[in-house]
Amino acid sequence: MTEARDDYVLDVKQSRRGYALNRLCGSLKDADNRRRFSEDEAAYCDAYKLSPEQKRAVLERDWTAMLDLGASIFYTFKLAMLDQKSMQYLGGVFTGMSAEEFASAMRSGGRKFG
Amino acid sequence: MARITWGMATSHVPSIGAAMDNHKTEDPYWKPLFDGYEKARTWMAEHQPDVAVIVYNDHANAIDMDLVPTFGIGTAESYDVADEGWGPRPVPSVVGAPDLSEHMVRELIDDSFDIATFHQLDVDHGLTVPLSVYCPEPGESWPCAVVPVLVNVIQYPQPTAARCYALGQAIGRAIRSFPQDLKVAVFGTGGMSHQLSGARAGLINERFDRMFLDKIEHRPEALTALTREDYIAEAGTEGIELIMWLVMRGAMSDNIARVHDTYHVPASNTAAALALFEDLDSREGVTA
Repeated sequence: MTEARDDYVLDVKQSRRGYALNRLCGSLKDADNRRRFSEDEAAYCDAYKLSPEQKRAVLERDWTAMLDLGASIFYTFKLAMLDQKSMQYLGGVFTGMSAEEFASAMRSGGRKFG
Repeated sequence: MARITWGMATSHVPSIGAAMDNHKTEDPYWKPLFDGYEKARTWMAEHQPDVAVIVYNDHANAIDMDLVPTFGIGTAESYDVADEGWGPRPVPSVVGAPDLSEHMVRELIDDSFDIATFHQLDVDHGLTVPLSVYCPEPGESWPCAVVPVLVNVIQYPQPTAARCYALGQAIGRAIRSFPQDLKVAVFGTGGMSHQLSGARAGLINERFDRMFLDKIEHRPEALTALTREDYIAEAGTEGIELIMWLVMRGAMSDNIARVHDTYHVPASNTAAALALFEDLDSREGVTA
């Protein structure tokens, strides 16, 4: 599993790199697209012109790799919700915790830095 | 003339809306947050505005990567509630205030704020959750019309905190020059500290949040002096949403009083807060 960087700031370069990936995830706001994606994920990735690396990250649900390939969390969260995965689950993925451990850290006042 | 009667800043995390939609506000996880809202909600219910100007950001629902306006204003007669990927929230659609929107657009552009206009806009949790914080049980319709004001906080470089405050000042001038006797509330939404992705996910900086909650009232210039990099470093990549509180603060006069505030960790992966200010200049019989 890919190790996450500290921050993923969606600058213009990152937006350009992640365009196809974010466009795919953003399309999931439409119920018909959610159904079409679920019927054939690989074909859907091809239709949205994902790079091979982006396609692999989506199909394998490598959430950190998606970020490394230009994704924005506000887009990939739509994919996570389709999988019925919470923001606490994703927080756990990025920080090497289970969803429960991450939620517990939040209930304890959140994670402190510096 | 229209007048700004109060300003409210509040987090707009989707799960706060979901807690209301799913009747979980009495659960131990959510009760402290909603208990903290109580005093503000009672006061706001006694001081209902005709129009709420809601400063928020869209989250990949009405705005995508194709076009990212830095500032925008909704000019429609109504706004549907967005399906963000898991079905729309079960709340009423939003009634617009197109005459006030049009006036604000013209005044702001004459004031050198070259904003985008949205004639069609589905509003997401960034706008509807603050409405629910104001009015938890709207029934068939919300109790006020709405002017959506959109700020890009997702794509870097976001507008500076100082520019957001200046926009708020211009919005205040525009509202106060609108020739109808309307009571207007301004909502600043988003924040407080949170970071959703990366190894710093779950970041909460209570010291920074409490500094911000304090200074927003009488020392906003201390907050407009911070760079976007400061906001990201201190409050997290998504904590930069706090710049939208400065739009609200800028719209209000210097003569404000804090009605209530509350701060709670966690709401989802964030620190949630509410701060409510009355604009004393707007009281009957007082002229600016």
